[in-house]
Amino acid sequence: MKDADPRDELVSHLGAMRAFAMSLTRNSATADDLVQDTLVKAWTNIEKYEAGTNMRAWLFTILRNTYYSMLRKRKREVADADDTLAGMLAEKPAHDGRLQMRDFEEAFAQLNDEQREALVLVGAEGFAYEEAAEMTGVAVGTVKSRVNRARARLAELMHLDENEAIEMTDQVTQAIVNSAPAA
Amino acid sequence: MQQKKPAASVQRQIDENLKRVYDDVLNQDLPERFSKLLNELKESQANDTSSRGGPEADE
Repeated sequence: MKDADPRDELVSHLGAMRAFAMSLTRNSATADDLVQDTLVKAWTNIEKYEAGTNMRAWLFTILRNTYYSMLRKRKREVADADDTLAGMLAEKPAHDGRLQMRDFEEAFAQLNDEQREALVLVGAEGFAYEEAAEMTGVAVGTVKSRVNRARARLAELMHLDENEAIEMTDQVTQAIVNSAPAA
Repeated sequence: MQQKKPAASVQRQIDENLKRVYDDVLNQDLPERFSKLLNELKESQANDTSSRGGPEADE
């Protein structure tokens, strides 16, 4: 009997790979191209995966390395891939939760790649700082400061501070309704 | 560190939004292209039982 083929496990990480790719590229077509390249690379280099280690960390490392080399090749295309969010913000939201999410997405898009990556790995995917440091090839302290700076920047962009936090959604709704063009 | 750390309540709000955006994509149905790709990869593996060699060379 042979051990289970680690390739069989790849499919279970595809959703997370898409979410990570989407947070890096913020463009679903580019994100899926990135996931596809990563999947092919992982499949054909599966012998480099060490059984028993964290496969998701291994895949994310391939994905982000692929992203950064892709970015070097086609920097311009990726940079202005979606300007549509700003337009969507002018619409009156169906309810506050959606608005806050768009507000968040817009702010999120303004983080630099390094901050966004660190925040997603630690804050969304739940990797330990040490794991994220290994995956991104930097010191643990660097990851921590990137995550802190990302959160601080988001708070600033979303005009969140300790006192305003609870009222924020109303304030933003008001601001947007007021700023809607008169016709 | 010159930037002050956001308050815990703000941090929680940020992380909740982050999780929501992330999980939104994570939980989407996989596009068909990925099941197709996996099938292609499996076939090329079956045709090449030496299990080495990539179907796509990097340019």
